[in-house]
Amino acid sequence: MTRLGLIVNPVAGLGGAMARKGSDEPDMVQRAALAGRDLVSPVRAARALRAFQALSDAPVLCGVVRPDGSPDMPLLSGAYGTAQDTRDVVRDMQGQVDLILFAGGDGTARDICAANAGGIPVLGIPSGVKMHSGVFARSPERAGQMAARFLSDTAQRTEAVEILDIDEEARRAGRLSARLYTVARTPLDSSGARQNPKAGGTDPVGEMDATLASYARRMRDDTLYILGPGMTMAALKQRLGGGTLLGVDLAQCGQIIARDVDEDALLSAIAGRNVRIGLTVVGGQGFVLGRGNQQISARVLRNAGLPPIDVICGADKLAALHPQELTIDTGDPALDAEMAGYWPVMTGPARHQVMKVVP
Amino acid sequence: MTAPIKDYLKRSTGFHAARWAEPVVCEMTGTGRRGIVFDDAPAPTLPGTAMRKVAPALPEITEHDALRHYLHLSQMTMGMMGVSLFGTCTMKYNPRIGERAALEHLRNLHPLQDASTLQGVLELYDNFSDFLCEVSGMDQFVFQAGGGADAAYTHACVTRAYHASRGELQQRDQIITTIQTHPCSPATANTAGFEVITLTLEENGYPSLEQLKSVVGPRTAALMVNNPDDMGIYNPDIKEWVRIVHEAGGLCFYDHANFNGVMSRLRARELGFDACMYMLHKTFGAPKGGGGPAVGAYGCAEHLVPFLPSPLVVKDGDSYRLDDDRPDSIGRVREFWGNAPQVLKAYAWARAMGAEGLREAADISVLSNNYMDKRLGEVRGVTRSNPDITVPRMEMTRHSVEKVTQDTGITIFEISIRMTDFGIDALWLSHEPWLVAEPFTPEAGELWSKEDIDYWIDVFEHVVTEAYENPEIVRTAPHNAPIHQLTTALDEPDQWATTWRAYQRKHVS
Repeated sequence: MTRLGLIVNPVAGLGGAMARKGSDEPDMVQRAALAGRDLVSPVRAARALRAFQALSDAPVLCGVVRPDGSPDMPLLSGAYGTAQDTRDVVRDMQGQVDLILFAGGDGTARDICAANAGGIPVLGIPSGVKMHSGVFARSPERAGQMAARFLSDTAQRTEAVEILDIDEEARRAGRLSARLYTVARTPLDSSGARQNPKAGGTDPVGEMDATLASYARRMRDDTLYILGPGMTMAALKQRLGGGTLLGVDLAQCGQIIARDVDEDALLSAIAGRNVRIGLTVVGGQGFVLGRGNQQISARVLRNAGLPPIDVICGADKLAALHPQELTIDTGDPALDAEMAGYWPVMTGPARHQVMKVVP
Repeated sequence: MTAPIKDYLKRSTGFHAARWAEPVVCEMTGTGRRGIVFDDAPAPTLPGTAMRKVAPALPEITEHDALRHYLHLSQMTMGMMGVSLFGTCTMKYNPRIGERAALEHLRNLHPLQDASTLQGVLELYDNFSDFLCEVSGMDQFVFQAGGGADAAYTHACVTRAYHASRGELQQRDQIITTIQTHPCSPATANTAGFEVITLTLEENGYPSLEQLKSVVGPRTAALMVNNPDDMGIYNPDIKEWVRIVHEAGGLCFYDHANFNGVMSRLRARELGFDACMYMLHKTFGAPKGGGGPAVGAYGCAEHLVPFLPSPLVVKDGDSYRLDDDRPDSIGRVREFWGNAPQVLKAYAWARAMGAEGLREAADISVLSNNYMDKRLGEVRGVTRSNPDITVPRMEMTRHSVEKVTQDTGITIFEISIRMTDFGIDALWLSHEPWLVAEPFTPEAGELWSKEDIDYWIDVFEHVVTEAYENPEIVRTAPHNAPIHQLTTALDEPDQWATTWRAYQRKHVS
């Protein structure tokens, strides 16, 4: 018997109405209560649940709080909605459910993935302030329908999506940038039910496969490759023996030779070498350098004599950028200005798209 | 323009498409049933090995049943006679006289006849080439390409042959295009062996000269662009673009897919382009889709004529011949001389319109679009591409219902499906990749009357209002169509069947 896990993060979405960038602060529930605000996510979870139950009679196990209008639903734990509460519920759901449907935003998605040791597929009911990750359905109803379809599909097919969140540190410094935290499995969606403001590839790495093959084939033996983080780069690293998703790795002669290297390791590795850098566009704001790959620092770039940079990124991901620009932030404004201009981005085999790169 | 109809809206009140439980034609077979029986049908004169051992398993059906079957199918697909503002396709009325002319004048011809017996159709090809040369400023047109993408491919091949003839093909391996150019330009450039460099739109709605300059160089083989693009924005720097690419030694190709708004207002050659393409099945009134095959009319300046596909229609004194002895030609991109009936229909249309007609049609299509643009801008939740750019759009504009989707969860797909409940054909959304979220791109051209356009927008506005007030009715649409939403996914490879044999294999046995 398949079972649905429904996680409702009660504080998700409150920050929006309270003019905050998110609802990550611990006293948000109390502050919401004081401000007399209604909770957003239990209502949206109830909408999703209605759509789910119209198509499926699978039992539902819920956590943190119940959706509105379901006072008798089995509840794993009642709590206030801190990140720890979400993680506890996810841990309790391991082995109990076939899909975790959650009402929340990027922060909730991160907490769920962090505790989801068994890799249960995850699907989001859009209820947060920030929803940059690829797990969210377009609407609560669609989330419920997708969940029902997934549970009734004997194959229970999934695909990988990126879990992103705004880099709070950068935001406080006045810059907006999303950071890649991890990759999750989510129900395969070919109907456009999942939130993806720009249609097109549902499986970015799958579509980039031929591009990565062509890139790997052209890698030169006399060159040291510095390969940045991200799903696209991880797929390239996979072709070279396997590397890290979130780290910077080194490759030589078609093999990964060092994983998750820091700035010092890069500086010593590049001395006297022919160097090329392979990067993808990280996050929704078009950062190529300076977010999640700070190891490739201004010193590294200068010491390597400003080596050629190959940016590999699907055309759909570029299309989703507003404005249509890439950004670099090496920490050295003079270097940023020097490197700014128009860069070709590999979008397919024998395909490049020119993107304006601004500091 | 179509005629004004009194009380237009009443006409569609209570619309419901016909709903027939129509079988697949192969299931209607009855042994021995025939349309026409020829007592004196000649036996085929084929070599024994080419003769069938067993008769083909075709449905046996009377002429009357066949007609009724296809009439039912057309009734269930709105008969292609609803209001269709299917953008980028320039939906036009296909005059019935064109069908008749093609039938009367071409049905008894075969392209393998001796050219001396084909003088009429060859004269027509030659005249139409002259007509399009006048429209474009080019020196020669060919009609062999079976569509716009085929004409783009013709250009990629001509580019290859041109640079090879100058010993520069090894060096010139890049073709430059823009993200808003039709995807067939990069695709055919890749197919012909070139690397593609795509330029990104910038703040004016088109790529800057600086961006173009950043990629033009000794590797540049050609520029392939359209203008205006599908968002309706005309790049006013285009002449300078052509100059820069020429200076670097590349060729310039103008994809005239969006020609309707600029017919007779500009000539590709005068802007410096070496070659261009018109779609006769769109801009020049010949049928398309279910109505007939396509023609990409490819025209070029004198220096590229030697590379054109063969055969070329050549005038010798008072007569015409087919020239196949052209050593620099890229060869054939399609059988014989392309889809001759379409060329005839487009020629008839062009002659009927004349120069003044083309100009008037262009002006009406720009006017209609700007009227639509204004009215659609007043619909709740509708925005348009490049909202900050104030230049008037040409013959179409790309709009977005992203706000409606954010507010209600209703997508442009669902709006489009719901509109069929009011007799409106499906919308054209956008080429990929989508630069505008939840896009749609209506194009009125010169055909549709103000009443038609108003009705289309009224329906659109009604459905958007439903999205806000009663989203379920939109989400579960269509309600007045022959079928409701499919419950089984079309992406199940073990279920879909595009042939009778596949259907039998997957569903019958």
